[in-house]
Amino acid sequence: MTFRYKNVYINGTGTVTGPYEKKGPLSPYFDKTYNDLYFGKPTWEQAESKLIEDSVDIVLAKVGKTRFDVDLHISGDLLNQIASSDYAASNIGIPFFGVYSACATSVEGLILGANMIEAKQVKNCICSVSSHNNGAEKQFRYPVEYGGPKPKTATFTTTGGASAYLSYDKKGIRVESATVGTVIDMGIKDVYHMGAVMAPAAASTICQHLNDTKREIDYYDLVLTGDLGVYGKQILKDYMKSEYHINLKNYNDTACMIFDLEKEKDVHAGGSGPACAPLVTYGYIFDLMRKKELKRVLLVATGALHSTTMVNQKLSIPAIAHAISLEVVE
Amino acid sequence: MEKNRYKDLVKKHTPKENRLYNGMIAFLVGGVMGVIGQLLVQFYAYYLDIPTKEAGTFMIITLIFIGCLLTAFGFFDKWVNFAKCGLIVPITGFAHSMMSAALEYRKEGFVTGIGANMLKLAGTVIIFGVVSAYVFGLLRLLLFGGAL
Repeated sequence: MTFRYKNVYINGTGTVTGPYEKKGPLSPYFDKTYNDLYFGKPTWEQAESKLIEDSVDIVLAKVGKTRFDVDLHISGDLLNQIASSDYAASNIGIPFFGVYSACATSVEGLILGANMIEAKQVKNCICSVSSHNNGAEKQFRYPVEYGGPKPKTATFTTTGGASAYLSYDKKGIRVESATVGTVIDMGIKDVYHMGAVMAPAAASTICQHLNDTKREIDYYDLVLTGDLGVYGKQILKDYMKSEYHINLKNYNDTACMIFDLEKEKDVHAGGSGPACAPLVTYGYIFDLMRKKELKRVLLVATGALHSTTMVNQKLSIPAIAHAISLEVVE
Repeated sequence: MEKNRYKDLVKKHTPKENRLYNGMIAFLVGGVMGVIGQLLVQFYAYYLDIPTKEAGTFMIITLIFIGCLLTAFGFFDKWVNFAKCGLIVPITGFAHSMMSAALEYRKEGFVTGIGANMLKLAGTVIIFGVVSAYVFGLLRLLLFGGAL
């Protein structure tokens, strides 16, 4: 399912990160960074909620609006019951939709918001996501202080919040089209190899997008997946070639961009979490687009729909990917 | 693509873990832990005049205390990441798993947080430790009449 948009623009973005991302190569592109993981809050869950509030405040200041000017807030995260988004939304007070697609949540939010703006149901909206490394570790893996050895294919959840302000004002980055992905399960059960879980979903969505829009892959200056990791990236390239005969050339993955993989060995195969793809895109990629170094970018956010309950019941992990085509406003 | 063919493709791009290196590190660190334990037993037995059998218990308590303390200071997880089973298998790993869970859930209350979650990781060890002790105790009784 692909939607085309005539009048939807991302007018501004707000990005907030924790200390690990601050040490990474994209640090200058983030609006606000913290040196610790609590941000003045008593727990990680509450800290994650603050990331969303901060990013919303930043984006509102950038576009010169107040909370009362915004029609809709769409937000999601990794915690159970998307708790960080819910608690942030209760403080922010904008009419709210909570969404979940794991690490594909950011693009899911953008698609829903863009559709409503295109249909003139709302005049503007804010789409946010967050993730917190320790919050995610606590929920999906072991207690943080336990550590627990991980294989090389494991990824490291980014700590950050990202918000985008969408409206029909012709400013910033144009949302040109978007493709809603289908849930794909290729039978992978390894919770430490999410790249392998998500790669087929990314491939399927990219292929569907190209078919629906009748485009070649070269149409895009950059295809950006978020977040397959170092090994998932290789799997996707190989899979695209053998399954769809598409050669990914101008391609990168946000997991491999947000951290310095040479210096930070603890991140293993790269970054992950719902915040990873939008942090890289809103910060770094949008900067390149404003400088006109990139004109057309296809952002494919990939989410492993990992449930610890279902994995314990010996089921494999399904995955989803949503794609959104972003263009420079001429 | 069929699931099996996809699994082969994934395998092609999945790096091998360096098992020999990890095993050697675990062997060495685990060995050092054993030496420390033995030194502690000797210390308690010779200097504090505690019978050797009880000195073993004192040694275990000391190691558990040190393990918990280092976990609370926040760097035992980094050592575990390096030494892996060298620190997980000895009693320090057991202490570390309980302490880290207690730290993780302390903000969720004494009963609903620490009480309910402290044995999240160690609980399995206790349950199956007790079960296997029972099974092997029974085998010992039936096969060797309690001797051996």
